[in-house]
Amino acid sequence: MDTIVFPSVLFGPLAPTLVVLGAGALVLALDILPRAAPREIAAMVALAGMVGALLATVARWSTPGRAFRDMVVLDNFALFFNVVICYAGALIVLLSMDYLRRTGAESSEYWALVLFATAGMMLLAAAGDLVVVFLALELMSLSLYVLAGLFKRELASGEAAMKYFLLGAFASSFLLYGIALVYGATGTTNLDRIAAVVASRPRDPLFVIGLGLLMVGFGFKISSVPFHMWVPDVYQGAPTSVTALIATGSKAGAFAALIRVLTVTLRGVPPDWAALLWAMAAVTMTVGNVVALAQSNLKRMLAYSSIAHVGYMLVGLVAGGVGGAGSVLFYLLTYTFTTAGAFGVITLCERARGEAVEVSDYAGLARRHPVLAAALGLFLLSLVGIPPLAGFVGKFYVFGAAVRAGYVWLAVIGVLNSAAAAYYYLRIIVYMYMREPEGAATTYASSFAGGLALAIALLAIVLLGVMPAPFVDLAQAAVAPLLR
Amino acid sequence: MIPLVSVVTFLPGLAGLALLFLPRRAAGVLWPAALAAAVVTFLLSLPLYFGFDAELIGYQFEEHARWMPTLGVSYHVGVDGISLLLVLLTTFLMPLALASAWDSIEDRVKEFVATMLILETGMLGVFVSLDLFLFYVFWEAMLIPMYFVIGVWGGPNRIYAAVKFVLYTMVGSMLMLVAILALYYQYGAATGRYTFDLPLLTQYVMAPGRAQSLMFLGFALAFAIKVPLFPFHTWLPDAHVEAPTAGSVILAGVLLKMGTYGFLRFCLPLFPDAALAYGPLVFTLAVIGVIYGAWVSTVQPDMKKLVAYSSVSHLGFVMLGIFTLNQQGLVGGLIQMVNHGLSTGALFLMVGMIYERRHSRLIADFGGLWQVIPAFSALFLVVTLSSLGLPGLNGFVGEFLLLLGAFQRNPWMAALATTGIIFAAVYMLWMYQRVVFGEVTRDANRRLADLTTREWAVLVPVVALIVWIGVYPAAFTGKTETTIEALIAQVQSKTSAHR
Repeated sequence: MDTIVFPSVLFGPLAPTLVVLGAGALVLALDILPRAAPREIAAMVALAGMVGALLATVARWSTPGRAFRDMVVLDNFALFFNVVICYAGALIVLLSMDYLRRTGAESSEYWALVLFATAGMMLLAAAGDLVVVFLALELMSLSLYVLAGLFKRELASGEAAMKYFLLGAFASSFLLYGIALVYGATGTTNLDRIAAVVASRPRDPLFVIGLGLLMVGFGFKISSVPFHMWVPDVYQGAPTSVTALIATGSKAGAFAALIRVLTVTLRGVPPDWAALLWAMAAVTMTVGNVVALAQSNLKRMLAYSSIAHVGYMLVGLVAGGVGGAGSVLFYLLTYTFTTAGAFGVITLCERARGEAVEVSDYAGLARRHPVLAAALGLFLLSLVGIPPLAGFVGKFYVFGAAVRAGYVWLAVIGVLNSAAAAYYYLRIIVYMYMREPEGAATTYASSFAGGLALAIALLAIVLLGVMPAPFVDLAQAAVAPLLR
Repeated sequence: MIPLVSVVTFLPGLAGLALLFLPRRAAGVLWPAALAAAVVTFLLSLPLYFGFDAELIGYQFEEHARWMPTLGVSYHVGVDGISLLLVLLTTFLMPLALASAWDSIEDRVKEFVATMLILETGMLGVFVSLDLFLFYVFWEAMLIPMYFVIGVWGGPNRIYAAVKFVLYTMVGSMLMLVAILALYYQYGAATGRYTFDLPLLTQYVMAPGRAQSLMFLGFALAFAIKVPLFPFHTWLPDAHVEAPTAGSVILAGVLLKMGTYGFLRFCLPLFPDAALAYGPLVFTLAVIGVIYGAWVSTVQPDMKKLVAYSSVSHLGFVMLGIFTLNQQGLVGGLIQMVNHGLSTGALFLMVGMIYERRHSRLIADFGGLWQVIPAFSALFLVVTLSSLGLPGLNGFVGEFLLLLGAFQRNPWMAALATTGIIFAAVYMLWMYQRVVFGEVTRDANRRLADLTTREWAVLVPVVALIVWIGVYPAAFTGKTETTIEALIAQVQSKTSAHR
């Protein structure tokens, strides 16, 4: 009698993701507890899940592992992104605690969905196979679609969820079709084996079209122009804490997969793709910045600004190599803390009817709440790229990589964009510091957890700005194995 | 060994940050504490002057510390004959600017003094940095406090002026960032050593050509906007007029010098071929600036605006001196940077004093002030004459030297520029005459109070220095001559290397 032979399954490489998934399952299980149980438990479990995943990630640093027949690759690249994503997740959990209570949207599904979305992002970073890329992307996206519509009674929230879902579904189908074509061209979905096949015939039209469709799918998820149409409405309509997660974690996850797919599959291929990415980068930053200039809603402005920042990151990707890809990783790290912080300040400001999201709501903030104004001011200055804050170092590396690789004019377009961007970021500072309060008073929620999140983010942007070297080295070490 | 340069650089900024955390009930100590910090900074900077060996070539009081070794970024600071005077100018003007604001700034005092002190650290950092990365950090970081000084405490049109100031400067400095990166990678590719260290980079002889020209232009645009060189000057009148008096003093006294300093420190030694090639263009723009600034000053009805446009003219002279690329011109240009800081700083201070009394800066609103406030009028006369370059006062020394240099380079241009001095006499003296001489034309001016003790304390040091430089310029030129000689020798040896 033959025994059933189980394939050997290594759960180690999945450990960080499993911690988050486990926490999500635990939150759902806790929901059956009697009503009398303290409502903070779910939030605490979520926070513990994020911190636990962070610790599990740090513990596995420099011990690469592969599991499920190379479908999951937990190398330093994935671990670096796990750190970014876990920090983003933890900050968002902290910011959500009081925000949800105030907006009356507290429910255990929220925490579970945040955890599942985070797990999807982490898995995306570790995906060594296009099928896992798709699965992880869907896990992340489906959770985020629901989260975007969390404010059931608000039209904008519903609109955001609907748009996000419809356009996201489009993107997913592009991605899936691309995967199918790549599979047809190469006979495999494993990235390493695709690379081996592609190296012998890089101009196979089926593969080129397949990869192009993959780029469309990723373009949606990282919100690069021309696939950015959903961004402003979703960022504006979704609950601010969810917007923060979409802007930081989901972008990091999608970028991780994009970088891995591009660098691994195109390893031995002449860099034809750079021209396409070049155009995408230039258009993305320019469109993002120019449209952001005209926004009067802070969330919408940050949405367009996030598009512009994707453009800067694409500049690093164009440059390629350890320097270029490494600069993108570092940029994402700085961008995550800065953006989470900026949205975090919004979650703490409210006016009579809901949130304070108009730029004019922030008039005179410096007089009413100097600490909050200073925090938002620093986040905005970091987004402008003023030293010695993290955003400056991020830009410095990205444009440095571009100059090194010979893309000087792309760097020039980038820096001119940064100068233009200064206008709309500084406009918020003008309102906060140079104008008197106007209209109905904006009030400020005092929240220990929210304050803690902002403090962590502030500390991070100052630390990354003053002492970036160790983190840059980590980022470059993380991408090095991909390029072998 | 005390790291003197670092102490001088960071003391004001740290004091400013500390003051931000002062509790509200201790608001009374804000002004004294801020002033004390600025004065102590000045006193600490004096040993730099006295300990500076004028015979030595190269940097002194150097400090070197690891910062980001993998990237070739280090914390490297020091002073030479060029930066020494500008450091002293900065530490000298800041206490005066703060003292002048003591009574006039009443809103958000804590934020004001903190911003000013942080600004001082930024400016000093620009002058002492010997690492391009470090320099760029200070260069950019310094923008933000100035933005706040104009935007929060400025006049009615302050927000427009503040945003314009930042955007203009940002465009230039962003392109400079690309040029810095290009230089870094070119040097790295050529020598195998990637570094931002300025002394190392200046040793590198770059081949003339398109790359050098583009890098030169990247740096030069940033500096030209800051100077400001015609036609990049349009932010200046807005910023100067809208800024509070203390802000104008610092803006004119120190910030503009960062542009001319940049040309001396970076453009000439790093890109000598391009500097020579573009020299005639810069020369021409400088002369246009000299004459244009003077003409526009002449027709200004507002004293502050008049002084602002006169800066365009004076800085044109400085640029003229720098791009003569000879000893007299460069020393004259450098001394003229200090002179302009003192004279124009003092002019802004005095216009501010008169504005506090009458809440008007229009020349037409005054007349016959000598009968009412003679002490003010007398000091105003000294400062006015210094600004137009009367022999015996500081302005003459600088202008004489740099015009001497300019005549050797291009006599026609120099002759044109000299007319700027004549126009300077026209606009300054005409303004002075309308404001101070004649009968008292407005009743509101009859009861004006003369200088207070605090105002005496602010003005006497400046006037003393104005006279000192005018009578004994060697005390200052002597510190710079060796450095300038070395700079010229370096430019010459580099440009002749590929002939």
